[in-house]
Amino acid sequence: MSVLFDSRFLSSALLIFSVLFPFLTDNQYFLHVLSLAFIWAIAVYGLNLIGGYTGQLSLAHAGFFGVGAYSAGLLMVKGGMNFWPALAAAVLITTVLGFFVGLIALRTKEHFFAIYTLCVGYIIYLIIYKWEGLTEGVRGLIGIPSPAPIGPITFDTPQSQYYLLLFFLVFVIFIMKRIVHSLIGRTYMAIRNSEELAETIGINAMKHKMISFVLSTSFAGLAGALYASFVRFIGPDIAYVNIIFDMLTYLIVGGIGTLSGPLIGTIFIVSVSQSLQFLEELRMLIFGPLLIALIIFYPRGIAGGIQSLLHKRKKTLQIRKGLRQSAAVEEGK
Amino acid sequence: MLRTIGLTKKFGGLTAVDNVDFTIEKGMITAIIGPNGAGKSTFFNLISGLHPPSGGKIFFNNRDITSLKPYQTARLGIARTFQTTHLFEQATVLENVMIGHRLRTKSGIWDAVFKTKRLKREEKAAREKAYEALEFTGLVGTADRLVSDLSQEEKKRTAIALALATEPQIIFLDEPAAGINPEETEKLGQLMKQMVSKGITVCLIEHKMQLVMSLADRIMVLNHGKKIAEGTPDEIKNDDAVIRAYLGGGKSA
Repeated sequence: MSVLFDSRFLSSALLIFSVLFPFLTDNQYFLHVLSLAFIWAIAVYGLNLIGGYTGQLSLAHAGFFGVGAYSAGLLMVKGGMNFWPALAAAVLITTVLGFFVGLIALRTKEHFFAIYTLCVGYIIYLIIYKWEGLTEGVRGLIGIPSPAPIGPITFDTPQSQYYLLLFFLVFVIFIMKRIVHSLIGRTYMAIRNSEELAETIGINAMKHKMISFVLSTSFAGLAGALYASFVRFIGPDIAYVNIIFDMLTYLIVGGIGTLSGPLIGTIFIVSVSQSLQFLEELRMLIFGPLLIALIIFYPRGIAGGIQSLLHKRKKTLQIRKGLRQSAAVEEGK
Repeated sequence: MLRTIGLTKKFGGLTAVDNVDFTIEKGMITAIIGPNGAGKSTFFNLISGLHPPSGGKIFFNNRDITSLKPYQTARLGIARTFQTTHLFEQATVLENVMIGHRLRTKSGIWDAVFKTKRLKREEKAAREKAYEALEFTGLVGTADRLVSDLSQEEKKRTAIALALATEPQIIFLDEPAAGINPEETEKLGQLMKQMVSKGITVCLIEHKMQLVMSLADRIMVLNHGKKIAEGTPDEIKNDDAVIRAYLGGGKSA
């Protein structure tokens, strides 16, 4: 039982499964849905870094996702750039924008920060929507090319694109894991826990919040750029507030402030919502209560719920062991 | 070691700390007492830099620290605890205390991504420092337990261990004995004496008079933000102004 939940075992099993997945199914539709889920998961990891681990709930991340997508799309369609430099430039543009937004936004705290970033996200959406000369406005940007080949490796089949997205997702998870399990991650969590306490033990909260925020926006930008090239059509809707609440749902269902939460939540919700497609708008009748129940009973999502169950189990095992030992001592007398 | 001159803090029309001149001597235990709302915690907040003062100056080792931020005063060697502990409940005691050494480390985000030698070295140092602080506060046995599983008293000691992990020269404790039983209070007193013998100056806010009178070398009494008395425990016990502040009347009453 405990072996099953060992994180190293679990993550390698998951990795092997996701590598083999294209061979297990001929269904192109599944592959497409899962690829899309990978893209969202990357953005949700960004949201998790600043919102889950650093405690600053940013609602601007759909906006940054849009900035990444439009930067990459425009550079390729209108700038005639190759996919790879466009991808790098898109991430850079989003990061620089994230830096300037962060400079002002991070001076606000808690719900003020959430409201401020919500406004930033909406303004980004409006700019994309209204700046027709650049973004084509509501018509959207069409004909974005697929990822360009690297030498002999091409990305024109769904399978190869799936692997490309899997690669970026694993890369992002790897970076997140390194950060979270280090002194740096603990610093972020100390700030989330109590900014006041963190400051009095010598942590420059503003500096660390800034770094975390900027890195999280670059994840959102990366996800956006990959989305543009994967779906090959983008409209202003991808930066709309609906998207940030979708991301937030993925994060909360999966487990905010947990390493596996964004992945679990995104894949879970995306697949459930796809299988409930036949209900159309009525599927919200299932989603709503599900979300409420989850928040009441498992405020730390699926991943957080599993964690605390395991902890409880460990504790009862320890108590039982202790009781058995003391009973043995009694018998010995 | 630490000196305030005319320290004042106004919140709108309310003067929470009013023109306080105060000196803390190195190697002593200094207590600040006073009725609720006397401005004791605000006084701590001013020294640690959480609030900027409205007037006056603060000197630490003859250096003007009046306008420094909390993380800067912490780096100079000023540590503090809060009335409520604010610990990370879902993490272990060790993980909570480790972060106390963060201010003596330099690793950044790239060190984490590339798992550099510097990060490994600094994480090891943080772990060692945390164990040292846990040993000092008698918490080594609970190092791997989650903070949420601890008793109130153990949480308070964890918060003290966290403050000690920052390697302070002076530590400010805000009501460390609140909500703690008499036996544990006595142990806490011993812990403070150990800190002093280790070279850490202690300053505490406390309502438990027995503890204060048996422990403190010097006492300052605040009332309505003003310093109304200062001296040894014996002097304070017999001070008219103090008795008036606490009992609301003169000696004859």
